[in-house]
Amino acid sequence: MTGEPMLQVAALRAGYLDTTVIRDLDLLVHTGEVAVLIGPNGHGKTTLLRAISGIIKPSAGRVLLEGQDVSGWPAERISTLGLVHAPQGDGLFGEMTVEENLLMGAFPSASWRNRRQEIARIYEQFPLVAARAGQRARTLSGGERRLVALGRALMRPSRIMLIDEPSLGLAPVAIDAVYQAIGNLKRSGATLVLVEENFTHVGAVADAVHIVEMGTIIASGPYAALSADPAIVRTYLGSL
Amino acid sequence: MAEELAPPAVLRAIEIRKDFGGLRAVADVSFEVGPGEVLGIAGPNGAGKTTLFDVVTGHTRATAGQVLLAGKAITSEPVHVRTRLGLARTFQQPTVARSLTVAENMLLAATFGRPRASVGGQHPRQVAAEWLEFVGLAGKAAVQSDLLGLFDRKSLMLGTALATSASAILLDEPFGGLSPAEIDRTVEIIGGVRARGLAVVCIEHVMRALTTIADRVIVMHHGAAFFEGTPAQMLADARVVEVYLGASHRAEGS
Repeated sequence: MTGEPMLQVAALRAGYLDTTVIRDLDLLVHTGEVAVLIGPNGHGKTTLLRAISGIIKPSAGRVLLEGQDVSGWPAERISTLGLVHAPQGDGLFGEMTVEENLLMGAFPSASWRNRRQEIARIYEQFPLVAARAGQRARTLSGGERRLVALGRALMRPSRIMLIDEPSLGLAPVAIDAVYQAIGNLKRSGATLVLVEENFTHVGAVADAVHIVEMGTIIASGPYAALSADPAIVRTYLGSL
Repeated sequence: MAEELAPPAVLRAIEIRKDFGGLRAVADVSFEVGPGEVLGIAGPNGAGKTTLFDVVTGHTRATAGQVLLAGKAITSEPVHVRTRLGLARTFQQPTVARSLTVAENMLLAATFGRPRASVGGQHPRQVAAEWLEFVGLAGKAAVQSDLLGLFDRKSLMLGTALATSASAILLDEPFGGLSPAEIDRTVEIIGGVRARGLAVVCIEHVMRALTTIADRVIVMHHGAAFFEGTPAQMLADARVVEVYLGASHRAEGS
């Protein structure tokens, strides 16, 4: 045990071309913790995940994984440290079958030799994916595609997993299955960073909540405290 | 007779069927929706909900069944003709002309989405400006639309659908990906659409939103509609809970 946090982000700046989206953002996620990012759309949650996983290169600041400075590393190198990112959209290969798409999740790593047992585990957790195993991905509905993409991200063991909106486009019964899988990951000791608006489901697994606004984190705290704060509930969690 | 007093349906779908090869994606689904009414459509992922929309709007051809708009059969009309007759829709993925500004997107819809014979009617610019204000984007009129965040892009897509002067509008997951505060705002906007007398059909998984806006809900599974009733009846239906809502909704309801 080094005592280093799983993820540390310090004074991070990132964006696209001449647009800065993330400004001087600091974030600490401890090993084994489930951290949830909330906040209005367009304020940088997705960009933050992309800068952590190396899909985009930060323009300033640092990203450390267990004390290792990975700032500016390409995504494929960062992933070798055990970081898995399930991004926005599904990114499936439309002409490949569902099972072939799942296999791609184990392709670039040592997990390839365990692929059959990983696939069996995913089929058990997501019966809807199992039912579509032999179908080409392009014939699936939007929600089914999201579920396959999440299954693909689960194909290799991760030390830290970033999931951009795990419940997006899913039926309530499918969200239950996704959050059971997230709960299993947490119990296995993985660290998770979720972008999620669905507080009904996230409550069972969340440890810390960070509110992202205007490209920086304006408030952080334990889930229990933030979800009990009337001002935060009114501003960020809606009135319904 | 009570039935004769009810307002006539704006949009009727009769026994809609859609087969893809050996797969029956939509199995003889019927619905009707009147002016100022919101019909919800729910069901597990892959149940055929979006395919039903695709058939109604003409994005895919029906294997069997009829679509009637204001009593007129439009089943074999192409998409753009259905649009000019008053049928509009939105998509799961926010679909806007990304190289155009917000105002240009609205003008595009108001110009080409409405019947050309509306001489003497409102000028497209006026129509576009009104609906732009309605969806809350008047302050961003000059912004190029690929710079918009998700909520604004979804609002713009809804605005362009409305700017076609539609009498019936199909919304495919209008709340997906929105923050709770944005969901509240979209509930208000759809309430305004209803108040203007449009017939609304809405596919949605965000149950707190759907149960707030819908008068009735149809639940689909394996292509077929197996439940129709009020949102309260839906939440209490054992089969809907089993195949769609799942354990956490059981817990919430108790």
